[in-house]
Amino acid sequence: MKIHEYQGKEIFRRYGLAVPRGIPAFSVDDAVRAAKALPGPVYVVKAQIHAGGRGKGGGVKLARSIDEVRTLAGQILGMQLKTHQTGPHGQKVRRLLVEEGADIAKELYVGMVVDRVTQRVVLMASSEGGMDIEEVAAHTPEKIHKVFVDPKAGLTDAQADETARRIGIPDASVPQGRTMLQGLYRVFDETDASLAEINPLILTKDGRVVALDAKLNFDGNALFRHPDIVEMRDLDEEDPAEIEASKFDLSYISLDGDIGCLVNGAGLAMATMDTIKLYGGEPANFLDVGGGATAEKVTEAFKIMLRNPKLKAILVNIFGGIMKCDTIAEGVVAASKAVSLKVPLIVRMKGTNEELGRKILAESGLPIISASNMAEAAEKAVAAAKGR
Amino acid sequence: MAILIDKSTKVITQGITGKTGQFHTRMCRDYANGRACFVAGVNPKKAGEDFEGIPIYATVREAKEATGATVSVIYVPPPFAASAIDEAVDAGVDLVVCITEGIPVRDMIRTRDRMHGKKTRLLGPNCPGVITPDELKIGIMPGHIHRKGRIGVVSRSGTLTYEAVGQLTELGLGQSSAVGIGGDPVNGLKHLDVLKMFNDDPGTDAVIMIGEIGGNDEETAAEWAKAHMKKPVVGFIAGVTAPPGKRMGHAGAIVSGGKGTAQEKLAVMEACGIKVTRNPAEMGKLLKSVLKA
Repeated sequence: MKIHEYQGKEIFRRYGLAVPRGIPAFSVDDAVRAAKALPGPVYVVKAQIHAGGRGKGGGVKLARSIDEVRTLAGQILGMQLKTHQTGPHGQKVRRLLVEEGADIAKELYVGMVVDRVTQRVVLMASSEGGMDIEEVAAHTPEKIHKVFVDPKAGLTDAQADETARRIGIPDASVPQGRTMLQGLYRVFDETDASLAEINPLILTKDGRVVALDAKLNFDGNALFRHPDIVEMRDLDEEDPAEIEASKFDLSYISLDGDIGCLVNGAGLAMATMDTIKLYGGEPANFLDVGGGATAEKVTEAFKIMLRNPKLKAILVNIFGGIMKCDTIAEGVVAASKAVSLKVPLIVRMKGTNEELGRKILAESGLPIISASNMAEAAEKAVAAAKGR
Repeated sequence: MAILIDKSTKVITQGITGKTGQFHTRMCRDYANGRACFVAGVNPKKAGEDFEGIPIYATVREAKEATGATVSVIYVPPPFAASAIDEAVDAGVDLVVCITEGIPVRDMIRTRDRMHGKKTRLLGPNCPGVITPDELKIGIMPGHIHRKGRIGVVSRSGTLTYEAVGQLTELGLGQSSAVGIGGDPVNGLKHLDVLKMFNDDPGTDAVIMIGEIGGNDEETAAEWAKAHMKKPVVGFIAGVTAPPGKRMGHAGAIVSGGKGTAQEKLAVMEACGIKVTRNPAEMGKLLKSVLKA
């Protein structure tokens, strides 16, 4: 789960991390009120969307007066902000963060993720802040300093201090750097984060170490123990189809193609998408119905897929396993009737009672196209989507 | 021969009193065909009771001491599953198979850290389990699609493993063991560990290795195979069409920072002498093509 920068900074404040004074705003008037509550005379108006690259896209602006805050807030609120992470349509800006301006001497980078190889949290830090860190990693990997954190000890004083020095924090400010880095690890650990990133982390001209940005993502599997973080969820930033799917325990991701896929199991779902592509088609979505492909779940999945105006065919690929194919077939037939399905439906089922399942599909009176293996199913789905 | 488990293995079920634990313990016991492989369950509140004749103990340690079991399988709900693994590790079982999906990563980091220097091996979490056909099945895979034979199967995905097994069986190729290592980013046995076991198993002639986007486990295994594997390995990687930055169902299936793409994995595997297919419907056929006539 993702949250906004201003929410991330609220969490940072709770953990004693230095952040600029700032106030979220949902309207132009809010923004003006926020600016008036700040010392001035320089303000930063920042678009709040769940994507990076906001500055480059024109979503972060400097204002030198309250009037300018008003003008900029008016321009940014409601704009379709396009960044390298939003896709070509951009994301509508509905929230702002108005902050005091900062006196930047140096821009640095720090981030934390879980490293799969060492199975530990890794702190990545660099003197090259403010830039796209993936670019730094690709072109000058030696400029990224990595520290693996022992879960029993946490980020030690020695690790934090060395990291601070390595990224160019001067000796006098190293204690502040330590507070920042150790605080960030505590945030990461205690909130069950999956990503914590400050880009840029700044050194001010008077030697303070301040988090100018805050990006936090959380482990969806751990949200049950963080009701306060769940409250920060902003559904406006998420795909409505994915939200709807999650209500029915369906794992769904929208894609750009025209062939809907309904599969049990994440690996098989990906493999089904790949097979569609291999046969010249484009998948419209990833959809894992999980272990139980019941009539109710299949019906909801169909409804979600059919909201997509581009949809030209649906491919159902179920490896029955412990679930019997006749049960699955009954579910598919009931769902097709419930949504009065108009697009071609290709079904491939495998497992117990396969024959019986196919018989149910054939006798349903519905124009369901049966396939005996994945390749055949994909081929038929691609042909159907192309109107052949 | 087989790897990890065989007909003489004795198993404890943690979470035997829950619906999932009961259902699958019953299915697995049926698959064991009369052999007393599932010898104990654990639930501190129901110690002294039994589940369809399988005695329930308060702790894994007691269950192990009373029955001589060496493997534990876990169906405990996600908030408690990591401590269930800890308990099994502390009791000193040889292998823990954790089926539970949805364990917080932070819990798994601590559990894996505690396992350093311990003899216990962990399979999973978020995995279908392991099966040695006609002998023993520990986990949630459908037993009937398997046949006894000489092909090893290792995969991060559940249903995609079944797909591969189904194809092999249809081609008349049985399996020595099929192992699901699970779809989580922080887990126990990796492709590499399982490949090593298949390499050492005289009952295995060749291996299908199935991977997916995210991490670099498949690359690590491929590099090792290039230098050490004495048997043919074929592979498939799911997620060629997966967009970057999106988690594809499995917690570990995500392309991040341009790393962990299917193309990259396939390229490394091919460079290491592993034959790969981009068509998941042809995994079985590909394996058959590398067997000595």
